Formats: sequence, structure tokens, C-alpha cells
Amino acid sequence: MSIEVLHLSKHFGTFTALHDVNLQVNSGELLALLGPSGSGKTTLLRVIAGLETADSGQVLFHGEDATDQHVRERQVGFVFQHYALFRNMTIFENVAFGLRVRPKKFRPSHAEIRDRVMALLHLVQLDWLADRYPHQLSGGQRQRIALARALAVEPKVLLLDEPFGALDAKVRKELRSWLRRLHDDMHITSVFVTHDQEEALEVADRVVVMNEGRIEQIGTPDEVYEQPASPFVYEFLGHVNLFHSRLHRGHAWIGDIAVAAPEHAEAEERSAIAYVRPHEIEVERVQTGGAAMAALVVHILSIGPIVRLELVRKNDEDITPIQVEISKERFRELQLTKGDEVFIKPRRLDLFPNQYEEASKSTRL
Amino acid sequence: MSTFKQHSILPGFNLAIGFTLLYLSLIVLIPLSAAFIRTAELTWSEFWTIVTAPRVMASYRLTFGASFAAAMVNAFFGLLVAWVLVRYHFPGKRIVDALVDLPFALPTAVAGIALTALYAGNGWIGQFLEPLGVKVAFTPLGIFVALTFIGLPFVVRTVQPVLEDIEAELEEAAATLGANRWQTFSMVIFPALFPALMTGFALAFARAIGEYGSVIFIAGNMPMVSEITPLLIITKLEQYDYAGATALSVVMLVISFILLLIINLLQWWSRRRSSKT
Repeated sequence: MSIEVLHLSKHFGTFTALHDVNLQVNSGELLALLGPSGSGKTTLLRVIAGLETADSGQVLFHGEDATDQHVRERQVGFVFQHYALFRNMTIFENVAFGLRVRPKKFRPSHAEIRDRVMALLHLVQLDWLADRYPHQLSGGQRQRIALARALAVEPKVLLLDEPFGALDAKVRKELRSWLRRLHDDMHITSVFVTHDQEEALEVADRVVVMNEGRIEQIGTPDEVYEQPASPFVYEFLGHVNLFHSRLHRGHAWIGDIAVAAPEHAEAEERSAIAYVRPHEIEVERVQTGGAAMAALVVHILSIGPIVRLELVRKNDEDITPIQVEISKERFRELQLTKGDEVFIKPRRLDLFPNQYEEASKSTRL
Repeated sequence: MSTFKQHSILPGFNLAIGFTLLYLSLIVLIPLSAAFIRTAELTWSEFWTIVTAPRVMASYRLTFGASFAAAMVNAFFGLLVAWVLVRYHFPGKRIVDALVDLPFALPTAVAGIALTALYAGNGWIGQFLEPLGVKVAFTPLGIFVALTFIGLPFVVRTVQPVLEDIEAELEEAAATLGANRWQTFSMVIFPALFPALMTGFALAFARAIGEYGSVIFIAGNMPMVSEITPLLIITKLEQYDYAGATALSVVMLVISFILLLIINLLQWWSRRRSSKT
């Protein structure tokens, strides 16, 4: 079942939570809404669920307008960050709740409810906890029960609000891949909200990056990571180095080194921001072929198979360290120690020309 | 003593338990045991005659009956008041919130006189009720009204914080699962409130049993009809019948204790099913 969101806007007082948002969720896909807090991602999810009403715009389920439908009638499964399990009920009763509150006509028989609930508990691998109470379970177990409870009513779409946000790192990773597998088995259209880019990139079929109530980019995890559409997406997804540069006739100048930028051939002295991922910087002991920036190693941090270097450019007042990631083998080859001089060259960079400035007034570089 | 002692990161267990026991003894146990000792002056048959006299039996029925009814009404309307105070925003909410505590602060005699003035045949409210054949002042109904008045804050103040703690998410979860408002209330919210409601009920009930000041003004104090047990005790004291007075006190004490114990057990049972941690 597909979800369509058309021109949604929502204000809380003077705060704009959603600003003319349009989104298409394809049937059966697992979509992540990614963004910092206050970006409107949770509001968007809650509007889709019907827990919040938008000021304007429409929500369509399978092409049918659901904007004015009550949350009760939307048949969505919703999973909350803090589980929201009913404390006074056993795990079994929690999962059975959605079936028990049905009008008599549609309510399954006692035995059917029992079978359905046990099947769901089996699915989330917690059937042995049926008679316990929520407070006797760990956070990860509670969230799996919350998921089973949401699935019990056979929802057409599954919405998850920061489902792993309250869990510790290890459980979070386990549950993440478990959710992915579950989705691959069930193929229920799912949308989940997260502020954790790793989580979004790892689990989702497509990622929607949001900022300040707007959608910045929609794409597969590879697309948003490899080809960020805006400076915001670049900075939000993973570590990134930022250089002030000057575009001039097909070249981007960072300090006194030039990198070919054929897409900006017509630019004349225009300032731009250049983004370079830490693993896309080459490090050499000596200057070889072409210009390279001289820098000093100020910090070396070894994290598993990679080594993260912090460098400071020589002859520059900019003391923001440059992050570089190299493999352990490369690090051994170079035999670097703190204080060494190295030469660096960006292997690839993405340029975002200054929107408000035609001619460069940047004097710093 | 050493059997109680456990290694704990909190220091001063001996001192703390010693102080607690001493304090409870001084404030509660010793005065109470005095009542029992005083009663022991009576022989068993004397005691039995005093505590089962028809006039006394009628006063028990009235005291516990009216207190129970008042506490029940308070449990219901106190829950309603707490609900309104927590869930809705309206102008003057803070004033209403402060009003709830008034029965705590008001001297009970003042409350009694005020209620009597209101509900007497020529009072503001009484003048409309009288023609309908409803007499409030100087009847058991008046006692019930006074006990309801003094018991209200107990229920509101115990339920209010618990209601504030119930996450909106629980109700949202119930709604996404298809529950209507009534199902959400009866299956999700009420069970969570129940232990607190019981506590409020028990407090209001206990307070009503011991209430004297506000009741004697509105009760009319007719033997067999509108005479509460605390009043009988005072009457006996005024006649220098100390043993008789304490005998009644002992009966009150034992019944109250048993009732509160039952309520506590109920509470413990319901809390055990839904504890948080």
C-alpha cells in the first residue's frame, strides 16, 4: 500500500514544523525519515498516522484521501520510541489489545486471538514471555513486543518513531538488522524516523533527509551519501571536511592548489564551499606530481582497520583540523608520527558555489 | 537488631530505624495503647454492654456508612476534578486548583457552620431543597455532605500526580490499535490510576471516620438517627465516663485499622500487577 503526501504544512505557534512537504512512499518499501531534531520528521510521521492534523495538505493511502480519517480508522501500526506498552497488562494482553477492542462483529474468537497473538510473539521470538508484564522485560524486548502489538491489527502501513532511540548501541544494531530481515519477509510499507544517519543508511530502501521542515533530498542510501544534493546533506551524513575555495574558469582553487572542476567552466572568481570526505584525501610524505597542500599531523587515532588523522594546514590561519581517514596498511607504509609534515590532495570534492555572490570577495584563500 | 542490619550504601540505618520506632511510639503507639489500658479497667461484660448498646450501634452504622458513602462519592468526583485539572486548560485553572485544598486548611468547625447555614431550611441551598422534601441539615444526609466536603482534596491530590505521569503515548497507542475513547479509558488509563484512587479513597475514608468538628454542627445529633460515634465519645467524656469513652475509641480503632488494612492489601495487589520498575 502506497502513501502519498501532498503539500503538507504544519505550524506550532510560530514554529514551522513542516513546510509544503511532498513525498511518495512506494508500496512495500522501507523508508527512513532522517534529520536532526526539530527538522519535522516526527511531525511528518505523526501526520501520516493521523495523530497530528496538518494545517494544510493531504495524505493519501493507496490513492485514497485519508486526510480527515481518524487515527482509529487509518489502520496504521505505530511504534513509539518509548514503547508505550500498557503496564497493567501482560505481554499477551498487550499484543491482543488491538483485536480485543474490535467491535463484536469483527472480533476474532477467543481461540483465534490466542493463535494470532502466539504467532506474533513467535515472530518476534519472545513467545516465552507471554505471561510477563512489560516492566519485567529489557528495552529491546519491549520494543519487539511493541512491534508485535502494532502488527496484530494487520496494519496497511507500519510507522516507527525513533524505534531504537532509547536502546543501547549493541541492542540497537541487533534490532536494526532484525527489523530489516522482518521487513524483507513481510513487505509491509514502512516508514521510520531516525536522527542516526548510520541507521538510516543501513536499514532503509530509500532515505528522506529533512531539515527545518523541508525535504532536502530523497534517494537510496548510496545516492544520498555519494551525491549529496545540498551542503546540509553533506554535513549531516558522515564526517566531512569543508574548504573555502574559489572557482575560476573550470578550476577550483583551494589555497594555491587547483582541482579541475569542468562543470564550472564559465565561473569567474566565484567563491564556493568544497566538501571532501575524510577517506577521499590522499596523503603523501613528499610532494609528487602537481600541487598539494602542506600540513602537519597533530593527532593520530586508530579505530579498528582505519586510522584517522587530524591535520592542520601549514601557512594558514585556519586552524580547523582536517580529518583524513587512511587504511592501516597505508598508515604503516607512511610511518607517520605526530608532528610530521605531509602533503595532501583531495581525490574527489563536491563544490557548492555561493548562491548570493557572483564575483568572489573571498580574500582568505 | 543485628538481624535487621544489612550492608547498605546508605549510612545510619541503626539511627534511622531507632528514631523511626521511637517517634512512632511517642506519637502514635503510646497514646493508642493508653486507650487500650484505660479500657482494661472494664470487665469484658461491661465492655461488651457499652460497645453494643443500641444507641452506640446506630452511631457505628452512621459513622462508617456515611464515611464510606462520602469516600465513594469523593473517589468518583475527585477523579473527575483531577482529570479536568490535568487534561484541560481554562482561565482560572490555578484558582480552581487552589480551591481544592481549601477543605484541608479550613477549621472544621467553620466548615460545619458554613454548610449548616447553606443547607438549613432557610439557607441559600436549603430553601430550594426543602420544598422538594429533601432535608439536608440536621439529618444523616447533612453528615454525608460534610464528610464529602472534607474528603475531596485527598482523592484529587493523590490522583492528580499519577494522571500527570500517564504518557499521552499510551492513549495514542491505544487509538492506533483501534480503541475508542471509552475503551482507552477503561482498559488503559483507569487501571493505571486505580492504585492512586484507592489511596485517595482510603485517606478520605479514614479522615471521614475521625471527623468531628464539621459534622456536629450539621448533624443535629439526634440519638439513633444522626449521632456519630466521635460525638458519643465526647459525650461520655463530658460525663467523666473515661472508661466508656475509651471503650468506644478502641472499637473505632480496631474497625478502622481492619478496614485500612484491607484497602492497603487491595492496593498492594493492584500495584504489584502494574509496578513500573
